[in-house]
Amino acid sequence: MDWDWSFVREILPTLIQGVRITILATLLGSVLAAILGLAIALARRSPNKGLSRTIGFLAEFIRGTPLLVQLYFIFYVLPDIGILLPPLVAGVIGLGLHYGTYTAEVYRAGIDNVPSGQWEAAKACNLNARQTWTHVILPQAIPPMIPALANYFIAMFKETPLLSAITVLELMNQAKSVANSYYRYVEPMTLVGAFFLVISLSSVVLLRWLERRYGKIER
Amino acid sequence: MTQWSGYFGLILQGALVTIELTLMGSVLALIMAFLAGLGRLSRFFVLRALATAYIEFFRGTSIFVQLFWAYFVLPFIGISLTPLQAGVLALGLNVGAYAAEVVRGAIQSIGREQYEACTALNLGRWHGMRHVILPQALLVMLPTFGNNAIELLKATAVVSLISLADLTFQAQVVRSQTGNTMVPFATILVIYFALALIISWGVRSLERRMARGLDGVRI
Repeated sequence: MDWDWSFVREILPTLIQGVRITILATLLGSVLAAILGLAIALARRSPNKGLSRTIGFLAEFIRGTPLLVQLYFIFYVLPDIGILLPPLVAGVIGLGLHYGTYTAEVYRAGIDNVPSGQWEAAKACNLNARQTWTHVILPQAIPPMIPALANYFIAMFKETPLLSAITVLELMNQAKSVANSYYRYVEPMTLVGAFFLVISLSSVVLLRWLERRYGKIER
Repeated sequence: MTQWSGYFGLILQGALVTIELTLMGSVLALIMAFLAGLGRLSRFFVLRALATAYIEFFRGTSIFVQLFWAYFVLPFIGISLTPLQAGVLALGLNVGAYAAEVVRGAIQSIGREQYEACTALNLGRWHGMRHVILPQALLVMLPTFGNNAIELLKATAVVSLISLADLTFQAQVVRSQTGNTMVPFATILVIYFALALIISWGVRSLERRMARGLDGVRI
């Protein structure tokens, strides 16, 4: 195996373009997953049995099937019923939907961890349901779950190479096209792996910090 | 209209490949999990360092990148793998790294008094591990192993991208031959979900069976 540094310099700008899309997809996907997860967690707590069961089953189904197939489904099947999405949008929806079902469990655990005295106090203060959630429950439930949420966002970041399968020009796809046109796989693939390794290893530091900052549950 | 029975046979063939990959990948993952998990608890610094490096590397880079690396880069350093070998290798090593942390956590969760009892009974490190610690720790590991196996099943979809004819690949074939996208993708989503249900059901019954002899033991 011969490692060619001048080839690395030549392909680096193309790969950096891919990095931009990778990061953009992760950020948008994280925002969507954070919102969807909360919506799923709230729907599962709904007193309406039909709603909570249906959402519960759908979330279970999405969690039990591969992200890649879901991406294909969004990208290839939805156009048949008239919804034509650009690849990046389809990818972000897929990532957000898939990881939303995971973050929903984090929200559920966080909400269950709020002591029942807080619910009773909210009732005693004559707060309505919306006020109880926004002023009492969520402000206490969300900070302790930040480390767990961040963990899933990092996991999502590592899944973004799947978006290359639906023609999003992210890092993996750029690396593949570079590799195919020069027929040199060693440098692009290794660089992609190194990039993900560096980001994941440095994210460990960030996670430790988040755990110190938010992880403690005060009782 | 179209010969759906023939296409369904194609998808069933794909399901067999997916099951085969899941089983072989799980076996490799299990072996790696115990090797690396016990390695991280070893008395010897070299073993601990090796195990930590393996775990951090495979958890830090994404499964997709590892698979492409195994399939496209290894041939350049003289190791040619068939798609099936590359798939089993990448899946097993990747999921094994996650499961190794489960092994370590479960062994560390066993109370100190159990280790002291081993010393009191004059059991060596190996015998204490084999007869006292592991039988209790296995039960703690099992539910998470089940989740890991489902993650592995979902990750098998990625091998379709290195031209291995699994469920996802066959669905693409059916799609390109019939022009119908909805039916093949919906079918394989249901099959993946059914397989995931079978795994979680199997793990739960295994758990009940293993817990039988441990009545009265605090887990």
